[in-house]
Amino acid sequence: MTLPVFFFYIFSGIAIASAVMVISSRNPVHSVLFLILAFINAAGIFMLAGAEFLAMILIIVYVGAVMVLFLFVVMMLDVDFADFKRGALQYMPVGVIVGVILLIELLMVAGSTFVSPELAAGSAMPINNAVSNTQALGEVLYTRYVFLFQGAGLILLVAMIGAIVLTLHHRKGVKRQDIGEQVARNPKTAIKVVKVKSGEGL
Amino acid sequence: MQGETMNDLLFDYLPIIIFLALSAVIGLALLVAPFVIAVKRPDPEKVSAYECGFEAFDDARMKFDVRFYLVAILFIIFDLEVAFLFPWAVAFKEVGWFGFWSMMIFLGILTVGFIYEWRKGALEWD
Repeated sequence: MTLPVFFFYIFSGIAIASAVMVISSRNPVHSVLFLILAFINAAGIFMLAGAEFLAMILIIVYVGAVMVLFLFVVMMLDVDFADFKRGALQYMPVGVIVGVILLIELLMVAGSTFVSPELAAGSAMPINNAVSNTQALGEVLYTRYVFLFQGAGLILLVAMIGAIVLTLHHRKGVKRQDIGEQVARNPKTAIKVVKVKSGEGL
Repeated sequence: MQGETMNDLLFDYLPIIIFLALSAVIGLALLVAPFVIAVKRPDPEKVSAYECGFEAFDDARMKFDVRFYLVAILFIIFDLEVAFLFPWAVAFKEVGWFGFWSMMIFLGILTVGFIYEWRKGALEWD
């Protein structure tokens, strides 16, 4: 057993174990932390497959950013641990349907190699081993896969606008900084001289 | 992929594996050592939550403000934008003018979103 094989079994074993813990842990915050562990091990498997850029991006984006988002979502829920699991069983049929669809899709992707190996091999660019992984990705991502790249940009735009539309509520009656207005003040606009008659207040 | 280049790539990451193993050992040692050697005499007063002398008002688990979520998701979107810039910068000579303009269009699309969020005041807290 060579060293990469050994690490493959370590990474995939921990990934599967932490994935089981994600769905079986009672505390949703613990679930999120186990999901982080699963992502880190997935990054290790990417690394073993030679996709070092994807491995690093998985750590930066998923572990660094997406998991923070998941933690916020979990903490935004009213975390009442006692009756968290009560309604879990009624979502079982939907969960089973989604899981079966995912399983069929995975089997179709994996099975296409056996059904027609030449078709499965021709759909992707061969990996250019002469240059580093990041460069090999960059050489095809912005030219050959330009429409997918622009599609990713549009999806990010939709996500940005959607998040703002759904969650942004400005409070009324909050004094905000307006640099232009504050700098443009002069004595004429800022000060008002009021004649006060003696014996009377304002 | 050829076995030779593959192993070269993985051996570059050997220090990280050593680092991870060492930090796991140290972390576990620091977790386990107090259980073994520390003096433990628990007392209801010692282990209860301390809040400036008075009784704790309520649970510390409270809902987060949804605005944290907005800040986090805007951060992720620009994080991804930067992630797309890395391979582009590395392969800048190879992708040519076509790759240059495809990145400019991508950045332009996201700049539209950036102007939108700036004008809506999504970057301000209140």
